[in-house]
Amino acid sequence: MGMLFSLVVVVALILIALFGVKVIGLQFLFGVIIPYIAVLTFIFGMLYRVLKWSRSPVPFHIPTTCGQQKSLSWIKHSKIENPAGTLGVIIRMALEIFLFRSLFRNLKSDLRDGRLVYGSDKWLWLAGLAFHVSFFTVFIRHLRFFANPVPKFLNVIDSIDGFLQVGVPHLLITGVLLLLAALYLFIRRVYIPQVRYISLPADYFPLFLIIAIASTGILMRYFTKVDIVKVKTLTMGLASLHPHIPDGIGAIFFVHLFLVSVLFTYFPFSKLVHMGGVFLSPTRNLANNSRMKRHVNPWNYPVKVHTYEEYEEEFREKMKSADIPVEKE
Amino acid sequence: MNLKELLSNRKETIINKWFDLIIDSYPPDTAHFLRTQKNQFTNPVGHTIHNAIEGILDELLEPSDSAKLTSHLDSIIRIRAIQGFTPSVALNFLFLLKKVVRDEIQAEAGMNGVAEELLGFESQVDGLLKESFDIYMACREKLYELSANEARNMTYRLLESANLLKDSSETFHPEGDGFDSG
Amino acid sequence: MAKTAKPPKPEELSKIDYRPPRTHWMDTPVQFKEGTFCYASRPKYLEEVDFPNAREWSSADEDWKLPDNWKEILLEGIKDRLKKYRSFQLFMDICVRCGACADKCHFFLGSGDPKNMPVLRAELIRSVYRKYFTLGGKLFGKRAGARELTYDVFKEWWYYFFQCTECRRCSVFCPYGIDTAEITMMGRELINLLGCNTDWIMGPVANCYKKGNHLGLEPHTIKMNIEMMCDDIEEITGIRIEPTFNRKGAEILFVTPSGDLFGMPGIYTCMGYLMLFHELGLDYTWSTYASEGGNFGFFTSNEMAKRLYYKIYAEAKRLGVKWILGGECGHMWRLVHQYLDTWHGPADFLEVPKSPITGTVFEHAKSTKMVHVVEFTADLIRHGKLNLDPSRNDHLRVTFHDSCNTSRGMGIFEEPRYIIKHVCNHFYEMPEDTIREKTFCCGSGSGLNAGENMELRMRGGFPRANAVKYVHEKHGVNMLANICAIDRAALTTLMQYWVPQVDVCGVHELVGNALVMKGEKKRTQDLRLEDLPGVEEETEEEGE
Repeated sequence: MGMLFSLVVVVALILIALFGVKVIGLQFLFGVIIPYIAVLTFIFGMLYRVLKWSRSPVPFHIPTTCGQQKSLSWIKHSKIENPAGTLGVIIRMALEIFLFRSLFRNLKSDLRDGRLVYGSDKWLWLAGLAFHVSFFTVFIRHLRFFANPVPKFLNVIDSIDGFLQVGVPHLLITGVLLLLAALYLFIRRVYIPQVRYISLPADYFPLFLIIAIASTGILMRYFTKVDIVKVKTLTMGLASLHPHIPDGIGAIFFVHLFLVSVLFTYFPFSKLVHMGGVFLSPTRNLANNSRMKRHVNPWNYPVKVHTYEEYEEEFREKMKSADIPVEKE
Repeated sequence: MNLKELLSNRKETIINKWFDLIIDSYPPDTAHFLRTQKNQFTNPVGHTIHNAIEGILDELLEPSDSAKLTSHLDSIIRIRAIQGFTPSVALNFLFLLKKVVRDEIQAEAGMNGVAEELLGFESQVDGLLKESFDIYMACREKLYELSANEARNMTYRLLESANLLKDSSETFHPEGDGFDSG
Repeated sequence: MAKTAKPPKPEELSKIDYRPPRTHWMDTPVQFKEGTFCYASRPKYLEEVDFPNAREWSSADEDWKLPDNWKEILLEGIKDRLKKYRSFQLFMDICVRCGACADKCHFFLGSGDPKNMPVLRAELIRSVYRKYFTLGGKLFGKRAGARELTYDVFKEWWYYFFQCTECRRCSVFCPYGIDTAEITMMGRELINLLGCNTDWIMGPVANCYKKGNHLGLEPHTIKMNIEMMCDDIEEITGIRIEPTFNRKGAEILFVTPSGDLFGMPGIYTCMGYLMLFHELGLDYTWSTYASEGGNFGFFTSNEMAKRLYYKIYAEAKRLGVKWILGGECGHMWRLVHQYLDTWHGPADFLEVPKSPITGTVFEHAKSTKMVHVVEFTADLIRHGKLNLDPSRNDHLRVTFHDSCNTSRGMGIFEEPRYIIKHVCNHFYEMPEDTIREKTFCCGSGSGLNAGENMELRMRGGFPRANAVKYVHEKHGVNMLANICAIDRAALTTLMQYWVPQVDVCGVHELVGNALVMKGEKKRTQDLRLEDLPGVEEETEEEGE
């Protein structure tokens, strides 16, 4: 149900853009106003999120430790899985963010009937990584539309991305990879019953949206080619805050741009904020040194306790007869 | 071909069908996991059940050691006895074996002697059922025994000292129940 | 599950669908099944620690006698905690439901109940969070994964937050480090706002608050019981040990879970401590006031846990000790390691712990000033300060269970293994996926080790027992060592159900057995007063 609903919404979004541009001719709305709103919403929305998270303090020192603690000098300390200092934490976080270290733990091979069998979950790690890496690369690649002249590093990225050197224009691997990985994540979500059971519309919607974005992008680049010079005129106009819509850009471009705008707008209000959240996760970004260095809880408040005096008051006679020393005879 | 040969030839199919039917008694959203995850340690329930039914069928076809059969029955019933099933559902897996076998040899049931052998086979399964009742009950009784034992273990010293001090007024009175600490 | 009146024919039977109705999890209200939940707390326990809504009630009842404004209280409680705990706020927002945690929970593995998947356990509360605290949830309701907070939802929380042992295994596998233990803790705090904790948790809390330990043992009883252990030690070794209690001026205060003072097999671990400290001539004291290392308060609320742990530093200060040594315990060490100093520190009246025997300074504990006894003992062995005869444990084939809290909330893996390898000749590891940071819970942690929920405990403990069974069959393992008092009690029970050939002990019981004490008589018994196998045939080898 959640799946169908999400699909309907994404299709509706595509139709809205098509209708708006082709029938009513709202190029300016879809090409300028909505993208501006989307970018602003994204920036302020993410700021709001991160500020909200960081406003809640971390009262206790709760890293999840995944290796040997630092204790006696002769015991080999697991510096990354159980970091005792900042450097270790940085490496741990880097592994988590760039290589999805924790998901990788699911990668498990075992010998069964003499054959090496891999746990299916390595695919989640692989697809997750492929998805995020290609998403990021595609995002970076698109910066060329907002800079003139195009910075050198973007050309380098493009040439690496297009190393296969097939097709005209060169096939960029990450675009295809993004689509395939998103498709895999979707199929996995539907195919594995327990994952389907926990899935919400909020899980399907971004997947469909990204699939649609990647598809329209690929369509534009390889099939119904749009006039790239005009597109760049538009995007440079946006970037220089002098928006201008050249005539004759295909409607599919506006669909693509609109879906991207929806993604940007939706981002801060959805689970996609995990991008920012992972940096703040107290089970990962703290060093396991709480016995070495006192962690301060900003809202620590005095509590009602049962003092030794009250205790002795109650048990003094029993303590005395059992020869347990007391404060007051 | 006699029944034993028929079943031996189709052992893998029978095991798989039987296993699937048993797993169907779990919530559908999690059954997939029990079914597909093969690792002994990441899916102990699925693995144990699969191993046990394989062992049971082997023993039915080629009896070698009745203790082995009991231990296979035990390992599957021990799990199902604590999973919130009613006794009938917990032990249903043996009925399901009958069904799978019947379905599997439907075509050959008319063959010479097979029907008769089938009756024999089913009586064997019935025998297992009888044994299963006992195992199931023993598991359930064990649960109650464990609760009682644990309460005693947790306050072992208290009870001991209470006995030692039975003449003294200082006998400790735990308030009706032994709490653990930990 | 359907119930069959009489056994039908196989064909008929196969038609019966035992599967629960295919409803969305939000629309499937919880069914309380006997054997899977704990009894409700008696009012007197709540009153003793000033908890709200003390009354007679039963968790199986329709009416839980909640205050009229229960919903407001809960929502206010959520709001308050979102502001106080970044973990809670963050974990409400960032889950992508990838399902990596789903099959990592021992309760899920043992029961197949989808609501035991960590992600869904968290969604129980997350759905309510969305409804009342997010724009999307307010606007789109169920489409945004939001739902109303109803009586049934509250009961569902109660049921499933008492089916989580806060073991943190899921958090190891979560790509964002979402820790269900944090969510369960918040869930239980909310439950406590309405006075709905279990008897098994509230009893120890109330006892510990006034009397210093979970069992509610009074000072003279504690002393008497430790002296009884000394009697047994004298019988085994011929050496009389005279431990001291509440002694001012001792160098070290020793705090251990009270389960080790009175329960089996914890007392044998305790005898191990007594023998070790005596042999070292350690200047230490017991306290009858701070006589509990464990802290069931942690299973009610952070505040209650803090109230109970006040005693440790307060007593150390009163007695004027230099530092504190802590016994083998799981959640105690999570709390000592990650919470105690924050709650009640800085403990600047203590000194940085230094082993009086080896001179080792425990730099890693320089702020909290509390050392784990296996750290202490491993250091002794490393410096050759102990005379050990591991052959006395030759009848044992030992494996080691990593306790959840010391594994994933501390990382104490090598110290106990180092000790075991020096006091035993036969040590075998369980499979890799079931030890260290991936260790499986005993199924009874976080206050679930009651008697009435035995069935649930056996389910939750099955993944652990399954791995023990494997090493039992493969290597003949017959002893499951651990460093946790709940483990010692709960694993004993778990083994009796799943692998009855395997017994359970603390690491220091093994130490006590192997420790060659000065002037001891020839040992013919182990600490359990059982005859050492084959000891008659042997010539005097001890004390080489």
